[in-house]
Amino acid sequence: MNNFTYNRVTSLLDAVNQATADQNSMFIAGGTNLVDRLKVFLDQPSQLIDISRLQMQNIETMPDGSLRLGALVSNTAVADNSDIRHNYPMLARAILSGASQQIRNMATVGGNLLQRTRCPYYYDTAFSCNKRQPGTGCPAIAGMNRSHAILGTSEHCVAVHPSDMCVALAALDAVVQVASPQGQRQIPFVDFHRLPGNTPHQDANLEPGELITAVILSPSSFAKSGVYLKIRDRASYSFALISVAAAVNLQGEQIQAVRLAMGGVAHKPWRATAAEEFLIGKSADIPNFTQAAEIALQEAKPLTHNSYKVELAKRAIRRALTVSAQGGGLV
Amino acid sequence: MNVTLTVNGKQYTLTIEPRVTLLDALREYLGQVGTKKGCDHGQCGACTVLIDGQRVYSCLALAVMQEGKNIITIEGLASGDNLHLVQEAFIHNDGFQCGYCTPGQICAVVALLEEVKQGCASAVTTDLHNPPKLAELSETEIKERLSGNLCRCSAYNGIVAAVQQVIGQQPPSPLAKVIFSIETVKEVL
Repeated sequence: MNNFTYNRVTSLLDAVNQATADQNSMFIAGGTNLVDRLKVFLDQPSQLIDISRLQMQNIETMPDGSLRLGALVSNTAVADNSDIRHNYPMLARAILSGASQQIRNMATVGGNLLQRTRCPYYYDTAFSCNKRQPGTGCPAIAGMNRSHAILGTSEHCVAVHPSDMCVALAALDAVVQVASPQGQRQIPFVDFHRLPGNTPHQDANLEPGELITAVILSPSSFAKSGVYLKIRDRASYSFALISVAAAVNLQGEQIQAVRLAMGGVAHKPWRATAAEEFLIGKSADIPNFTQAAEIALQEAKPLTHNSYKVELAKRAIRRALTVSAQGGGLV
Repeated sequence: MNVTLTVNGKQYTLTIEPRVTLLDALREYLGQVGTKKGCDHGQCGACTVLIDGQRVYSCLALAVMQEGKNIITIEGLASGDNLHLVQEAFIHNDGFQCGYCTPGQICAVVALLEEVKQGCASAVTTDLHNPPKLAELSETEIKERLSGNLCRCSAYNGIVAAVQQVIGQQPPSPLAKVIFSIETVKEVL
């Protein structure tokens, strides 16, 4: 890893001012992904701005009943929070299914959003990569692409977003709060991450110097039936091949509201809005769930080695919706 | 730059570059080589230490960020010649073969016990509102909770048995498993 200067800031304003002044700087908090990237020269910042001691460590209930997760709350603390377990079990389950206890202890809410793809071509500097060096090409498209995206890809990048937590946050319509020297702004979660298009080097809609301060969950009664289903190559400590966050709200037998999002399929957590729209007002049965899964994967464009993901995603959607319609729990 | 670290209750002031990881600070600057470097990328768990009671990968932590924190390594678990209960249990249950992953495994188990006491759930916990108590921790729970520590010798059965012993469960005798499989084979035949 290249050397850098280290700067432990004591205020949010200091953090964003200094990051805006030095655009070769990076923020560090948990560091679980960043330190690893530094080691293989994927990032070569001039300065690391240590924000880990700023006051963004709390989970608070807001006056309107929403829940505000400070950007520096650890992944472990989110999953173990009783409000999260009770009202947003899908989020607790998503976090617990990701990484290992050691990583979850170190990793923060904000950092989880900003972790980068684990595409092996991105990680290996012997290969070209449009995400690492725009314009150099994407060897994954004609290479080993078993773990890559099937939705929302471009000719420049087929990488997937690696987070589990973010799939649940997309399904829950969370809001990301960010700060800059100009003040604070809010970004709907589904608009936070980007599709690759012709700018795959940009993962998120953040301006230089902007810092995530919190993620806000709106009150949602039906999120209690939410589930998270993750399918991977080994039983634990592995990234998703396919994951599904689903929550079904029933009135009698009829679906009143539904949330559906997928991980492991795209450059961002993939919200399946057309499938959700189809399900509203329908009865919660296997034929309708099967049809919803068909709709969710309608636009899928599998690569040479990942066509299995299309069928796997459909079956995962059907199972996740079925378990949620039965009240939720461990899928 | 100068950094003061608190390791196993003692303070050390080091002159290091900001890019030095906690793992390298422990091994290369403090000479405390109990903590092992396996993959150096947060994938194997050999470098697991406790920071303020929580288990972390020291290979992914920058030493400069750990000032004022209470760092416990494998060297800090025994008191004098008296081994920690978890260390005793690893010896008693053959929880290792080559021993390289063992310091990380033991630190992970020490943290695991505290996590379960505090009601932490895991990915296999059936009821999030009622996570298992230590005495009722299943083999599946133990394995999931230790999935961040790899053992290339595959001493996993011994490691699980060591945890079971510490939490007051009866670890299955390895012999019992052999006899069971012979009986199963006989039945199938």
